[in-house]
Amino acid sequence: MANEGVDHGRRRFLTATTAVVGGAGVVAVAVPFIKSWEPSARAKNAGAPVLADISKVEPGQRLSVLWRGQPVWIVNRTPALLATLPQLDSRLRDPKSELEQQPKYAQNETRSIKPEWLVVVGICTHLGCSPEFVPEIKPEPFDPDWKGGFFCPCHKSRYDIAGRVFQGVPAPMNLVVPPYQFVSDKQILIGVGPGEKA
Amino acid sequence: MANVFTRIGDWVTERAPGMMPAYRKHMTEYYAPKNFNFWYYFGSLALLVLVNQIVTGIFLTMFYKPGAATAFDSVEYIMRDVDWGWLIRYMHSTGASMFFLVVYLHMFRGLMYGSYKKPRELVWLLGMLIFLTLMAEGFMGYVLPWGNMSFWGAKVIISLFGAIPWIGDTLVQWIMGDYNPADATLNRFFALHVIALPLVLLLLVVLHIAALHEVGSSNPDGVEIKKKKDASGVPLDGIRFHPYYTVKDLFGVGFFLILCAFIIFFQPTLGGWFLEPDNFIPANSLVTPAEIKPVWYFTPFYAILRVIPSKGLGVLAMFASIILLFLVPWLDRGAVKSIRYRGRGYKIALGLFTVTFLLFGAIGAGKSGEWIPAIFGANADVSGIEMHFGWFLLAIYFGFFAFLYVYTAFGYEKTKPVPDRVTTHA
Repeated sequence: MANEGVDHGRRRFLTATTAVVGGAGVVAVAVPFIKSWEPSARAKNAGAPVLADISKVEPGQRLSVLWRGQPVWIVNRTPALLATLPQLDSRLRDPKSELEQQPKYAQNETRSIKPEWLVVVGICTHLGCSPEFVPEIKPEPFDPDWKGGFFCPCHKSRYDIAGRVFQGVPAPMNLVVPPYQFVSDKQILIGVGPGEKA
Repeated sequence: MANVFTRIGDWVTERAPGMMPAYRKHMTEYYAPKNFNFWYYFGSLALLVLVNQIVTGIFLTMFYKPGAATAFDSVEYIMRDVDWGWLIRYMHSTGASMFFLVVYLHMFRGLMYGSYKKPRELVWLLGMLIFLTLMAEGFMGYVLPWGNMSFWGAKVIISLFGAIPWIGDTLVQWIMGDYNPADATLNRFFALHVIALPLVLLLLVVLHIAALHEVGSSNPDGVEIKKKKDASGVPLDGIRFHPYYTVKDLFGVGFFLILCAFIIFFQPTLGGWFLEPDNFIPANSLVTPAEIKPVWYFTPFYAILRVIPSKGLGVLAMFASIILLFLVPWLDRGAVKSIRYRGRGYKIALGLFTVTFLLFGAIGAGKSGEWIPAIFGANADVSGIEMHFGWFLLAIYFGFFAFLYVYTAFGYEKTKPVPDRVTTHA
């Protein structure tokens, strides 16, 4: 075939369409590799709801259970601790729990279904450390006016006894309330909300 | 009859005629400035450590078992039961820290003598990419023993990606392959640490050296030696890399290996700086170490995160602190390369920047918890003082880049005359 009379427009079109088709192929073949990094069927299965027995948790005590590899805290709050909650609003970032850090049924003053039972994921919303449970209402080195709650040793974030974050600490948000439901007075199912199916 | 080695050599040359010219171009006929000083050891030392990491790493993979249930025990198996396993592992763990040490000194050399300036911008950019890859490599390597600091360090670093709006949470889950750092996370980090990132690293190192040999090395005087050549085209101030600088570098290697051997044999954890005490405890997702802190080579950047009381801004500032380093060749508009002939402003700025970097390192390593009560008394508000002092340091760190541009672009810098040829002073 002679070189004269080369149709450059046609050549550019063919080059461009070949590149586009080839590019689409590369993208398509990348999908399985990217998808392979998502939680596997086994990981999803292991992330299934967890049943916790709360019959032996005395007032003022905390139970720690593992759900999806994260500590979930179940705290039996005393009336004295519950009484501190309304006093703290002015010192908190999100006192009314307006950010979606909890299911709708826990968007209230106590951030819970039953007032005394707090259920939160025990992971600091700053960088994922696990805060310490400091339930006594007494002056602490990190807060002379401490009303009981959680203190993160990593970057000194503080939360009240409903898991609401204080102002002036690195953590941006309240502790996460996972979906949960009371199966009976003695058992909590973590991972599914009231009326939801697992 | 010709010697058998000569005949083999001829046989190869006939079939691969480009090999000897390439050897000459990069070794015997690569003319490097004759006035290299102490600061020019660290490039070749970085190469030495890279080789050490690859060799010891290959042997570690022969005994290490990736997997949340097996990793910690297999590292202890290497330490206790494998003949000389402890040595191989300490060579690898010490090598990781020494890698960062020589790379930081190598980068400081670049800032001091203006090695990033035209025509060496690409060398600097490739070097910065090596630094980024090395950070990923170091981080993932630290996760592999699956100690408690491995686990929580991984959790904190991966959760940084959660600060990205909209896709953050999905991205975090995708990186981990689970709802928490888990077996899946450890396995993929192993694959990246031993295969993917080393390949990238090697490629970048080859490109870094190729780009350097294209434009030629800079030197402590910041003089372009290629401007003055003799009749045969050899730079007057250049000497052959091999044998002159290979011998000089071997001398440095001797000292360097003595230092490494001392650490490996007497102080393998270096008081918790190279290997942290919390990493001798198996990973536990329910118990956080009292203080989560990265290994020393990440602490300056971690401190930036720590002193900013907003997650999003903190992450942004931390990434910006690294990205800005990429831009130095374009922020610095000054024509004079070497600090020897630059204005006093640059000397002060670089000094402050270096001190700030070191102080950030101390803050990131949690030293403020010891130092602030020692200075201000036991009742001092440690986090408050740390935060405000941290903001002051942030102003210096980021101010350095702003100053560098303003100082050089608007002619505030009063430079000294640069000599025509390299000087011989030390």
